[in-house]
Amino acid sequence: MIWDSWSDFFNMGGYGLYVWGSYLATFICVIGEILMVKRSARTLRQQLSLTKESILRERKDEATS
Amino acid sequence: MSINWYKYAAPSSFYFLAGKLIPFFTVLAVIFLVAGLYIGFFVAPTDFQQGEAYRIIFIHVPAAWMSMFLYVVMAFWAGIGLAFNTRLSSMFATAIAPTGALFTFIALWTGAWWGKPMWGTWWVWDARLTSELILLFLYIGFMSLQAAIDDPRRADKAGAVIALVGVVNIPIIYFSVQWWNTLHQGASVSVMQSPKMATAMLVGMLVMVLAAWMYSIAVILLRARNIILERESHTSWVAELRGTTR
Repeated sequence: MIWDSWSDFFNMGGYGLYVWGSYLATFICVIGEILMVKRSARTLRQQLSLTKESILRERKDEATS
Repeated sequence: MSINWYKYAAPSSFYFLAGKLIPFFTVLAVIFLVAGLYIGFFVAPTDFQQGEAYRIIFIHVPAAWMSMFLYVVMAFWAGIGLAFNTRLSSMFATAIAPTGALFTFIALWTGAWWGKPMWGTWWVWDARLTSELILLFLYIGFMSLQAAIDDPRRADKAGAVIALVGVVNIPIIYFSVQWWNTLHQGASVSVMQSPKMATAMLVGMLVMVLAAWMYSIAVILLRARNIILERESHTSWVAELRGTTR
């Protein structure tokens, strides 16, 4: 086992700030990107008045074609 | 089994295909991410030179590779769109750009946070770092140019030109550590000496590369679907989706 305890893990041998600073920023970027794409998908569907129903029909259409 | 690939060159067919592929790539991305982080933090040992700080490698290298690779793919599709006037290829290039820019930013950010403890500085104007920063500007330039032009087909063409010209930067980034004297280390894997150490670190890194790949495919397909829907909103198949014509 590399780590003696959780605090040892978070400390990262004294480099905790740099390691977690990198991972946290990456995490925020990725989550942010997903949320932005999802949000624009939602607004677009609303603008085009695509309802849940029409999205379900899309799946059915694909299954039958 | 023969698949008619040309069928999927039509935005409408691709829209449905992408919808079916997204869950598949999302699941793979999560699996590889969990496995990669586990190997990176609990299997890969402490580096004999850099201590624990080297663990930034598990995001830094995949992000840097993706930033370059996605640019080439983006330029390829933009070029195809320019040469053959295929709408879907251009839409695909547009869908790739923000994710490529994001990975470029992550590569620069994690590089700074790795450089500070190892080199004693967040940033140096050396060849590797500067050319990667130029890559970020190329992505941003591509996106803002496309956003500034109202006619989508003209935006596609203008974007394709900037994307293709910018490809020259990719080999510059890649070979910068060989061509110039730079603070940035060369091939990251050869730093380790003990082969056993190298294996766990290398495997962790490659699994994270796969996670970055799967994530990119999933999020780019999601964005491509948005772009298709937006640009094809006047067409009959979108109207059919809405249920107004039946």
